[in-house]
Amino acid sequence: MTEKIGVYVCHCGSNIAGIVDVEGVAKWAAERLAHRGVVIARDYKFMCSSLGQELIEKDIKELGLTRVVVAACSPHLHEQTFRTACARAGLNPYLCELVSIREQVSWVHTDKSAATAKAKAVLSGGVERVIRHAPLEPLRVPIHPATLVVGGGIAGIQAALEIADSGTPVYLVEREPSIGGHMAQFDKTFPTLDCSACILTPKMVSVGTHPNITLMTYAEVTNVDGFVGNFEVTIRQKPRYVKVDLCTGCGVCEEKCPKKVIDDVFEAGMGQRKIIYRPFAQAVPKYPVLDRENCTYFLKGTCKACEKFCPTEAIDFEQKAEDITIQVGNIILATGFDLFNVRRIPQYGFGRLPNVFSSLEFERLCNAAGPTNGTIVLRDGKTTPKTVGIIHCVGSRDDNFNAYCSSICCMQSLKFAHLVRERTGAEVYNFYIDMRAPGKGYEEFYHRLLEEGVHFVRGKVAEVSDFARLPGEEGHLIVQVEDTLIGKQRRIPLDMVILSAGLEPRHDAKQVAKVFGISCSADGWYIEKHPKLDPVATMTEGIYIAGVVQGPKDIPASVAQGAAAAARVMGRIQQKEIALEPVRASIDETRCSGCRICNALCPFNAILYHADKAVSEVNPALCQGCGTCVAACPAGAISGTVFSDEQVLSQLDGLLLRNLQPVEA
Amino acid sequence: MTEPFEPVIIGFTCNWCSYRAADLAGTARVKYPPNVRLIRLMCSGRLDPTFVLKALASGADGVMITGCHPGECHYLEQNYKAMRRYQLLKRMLSQMGVEPGRVKLVWASAAEGVRLASEITKMVEEIRALGPLGWATAGAAAALPHKSAALEVPA
Repeated sequence: MTEKIGVYVCHCGSNIAGIVDVEGVAKWAAERLAHRGVVIARDYKFMCSSLGQELIEKDIKELGLTRVVVAACSPHLHEQTFRTACARAGLNPYLCELVSIREQVSWVHTDKSAATAKAKAVLSGGVERVIRHAPLEPLRVPIHPATLVVGGGIAGIQAALEIADSGTPVYLVEREPSIGGHMAQFDKTFPTLDCSACILTPKMVSVGTHPNITLMTYAEVTNVDGFVGNFEVTIRQKPRYVKVDLCTGCGVCEEKCPKKVIDDVFEAGMGQRKIIYRPFAQAVPKYPVLDRENCTYFLKGTCKACEKFCPTEAIDFEQKAEDITIQVGNIILATGFDLFNVRRIPQYGFGRLPNVFSSLEFERLCNAAGPTNGTIVLRDGKTTPKTVGIIHCVGSRDDNFNAYCSSICCMQSLKFAHLVRERTGAEVYNFYIDMRAPGKGYEEFYHRLLEEGVHFVRGKVAEVSDFARLPGEEGHLIVQVEDTLIGKQRRIPLDMVILSAGLEPRHDAKQVAKVFGISCSADGWYIEKHPKLDPVATMTEGIYIAGVVQGPKDIPASVAQGAAAAARVMGRIQQKEIALEPVRASIDETRCSGCRICNALCPFNAILYHADKAVSEVNPALCQGCGTCVAACPAGAISGTVFSDEQVLSQLDGLLLRNLQPVEA
Repeated sequence: MTEPFEPVIIGFTCNWCSYRAADLAGTARVKYPPNVRLIRLMCSGRLDPTFVLKALASGADGVMITGCHPGECHYLEQNYKAMRRYQLLKRMLSQMGVEPGRVKLVWASAAEGVRLASEITKMVEEIRALGPLGWATAGAAAALPHKSAALEVPA
């Protein structure tokens, strides 16, 4: 039975009509493809307009069209528009095909007759293809109402609170002993100079006390199975060696612990902590954690001071790691960043010259709860610096390390400059390449710094050394820099140098991404579905990203993304089920010989093998429709919807104009 | 006076990277010769080598296979499978007497519209220099082997 095909060729104003003879193409289709089923061929100025769509709807109803082909712009723009128009008129939306004669033809070719000929071929390919389309229904999958948020920094906290406030349960998993992330380490935040902990801790407390949030800290996700709406996640709860149902958070164990080690994580190596410890005073949850690797009891079998002094007998040296499995419908990844390791730039002397500090070290120095109670002093712990240099773009905007801009370091450097001026009155030099101050109040903050008398030198610092060459340099750190605005080299003697290090993905970001089945870009940041229009979704349905894990950004942007991801999840939960595009592979059991070549090809583990019947089967909810198995099956037992062999091959025939009726002589 | 030979090249693109690159070339109004006609697949891994053979047998003078760069496949690693198939396909084609320059694999990310256009321009000139393939059988398209019904094999 021949289908009844409607062909619509769009002018797109003069975008297409300027180069392609659209009326000619429509006439040609009506004449030369009539034997293939084309019953009507129209051309119209703007097919995507309501009037254009109504043309299609009217023809479907009055002419009983069974297939529709629109030759216009890219399917990435309007495929959905025309599919919906067909659905409104009662035709299955998957019986509609949009072929591009704009991006692929009129916009890229100048020869009008060649472009018109190509447009005819493209249209002919579309007609042949659409004949082999089958009516399809989107796959409907139920959504489990629980959500998993991975990462307890500000983005994760925001996401968790918003979802929990809407009434559905949230699991928040954080691998450090407390939530708070990097924001908990900062002293003040730019440009308002709000105390970071003061604005963060109320949210942390809300998370800790929220009835809908199950907080799991000192825990990591080890495995994710399933698909959107129905994920099964395995979480490894590391042993705290403290019984949380007995612990009151009194802190006696921490007080009485006789051993100290350098705190590399929270204090960035600037301070020390006990072996049984809370990372900071406002930690949520309040339960301490015992560092097994450095514990005297685990190393030598002695001490146990914490156990002796604990008033509620909450210490448990026998505690084991626990694997917990949960069911969730959606997952939000907000795992944050690591700081660029400034040791990688030996010319800046970090680790070799004592008074060169990384930005995180300096944050701890400024912090009132930090190792020096907020006093800005040199490494000797007592001398106040009289001259301080702050180097921007350390490890960023640098072809040797990371080409990208880390977005926050200019503002952070300005913040440091202000704090140094305020607390020490020292002379401050900021060495910058460009001053990036795009946010609300940011440029005004920069002006404030100019008025505070901070010296700005535009140039990339060549080296920081302690090798004095000129008078006045003895006993100082010397920064060698080209001041590009005056065109001269400068040597500036300083007491302290702060390196504003860039942001990098977590060192294990790639492994974590693999656990969740999402991908990283070349830089290591997680890839969003669309960089402009969909920054919190990923290509994997049901998995969202928020915060710096998606790319460097400041706190307001991280909060906004956490909230955005939460809104997407809440939308899904509210709809109770989700419709997935029916581009899927399926295996004809009667043709499958059980060779299992397809099993290994699927990156989503969507193909199961039934040993009892010796056949493979595709799980339609896991299948993402890439079609690799369809191409690989030696028996031709696997077919793919929307991109089946017949559809592709017939499109090929149409493109090569092999489907034309010979012209009567 | 014969007309200059205008090659017909079929290009297979993947929905996520190379097709978007072609769209980007259009949006940026980059000009390239009209000899390439594109077929959109979801992934370069979908490319069955028989598509390439059918294209050449049906009248195309060349085939361009495109997809996401290795490591950037939307479906994680399927472009590696396309790469494997392509290597074997090239050997097969040269054994069948088809010049190796007629089938080309080009990786293009969604941002590389200009590059894709220049690759297309380059390939059109290369195929023009090779001349028409002339493989298409007169009349009906070269048929693929008929798929017989599944046979019951006695144990």
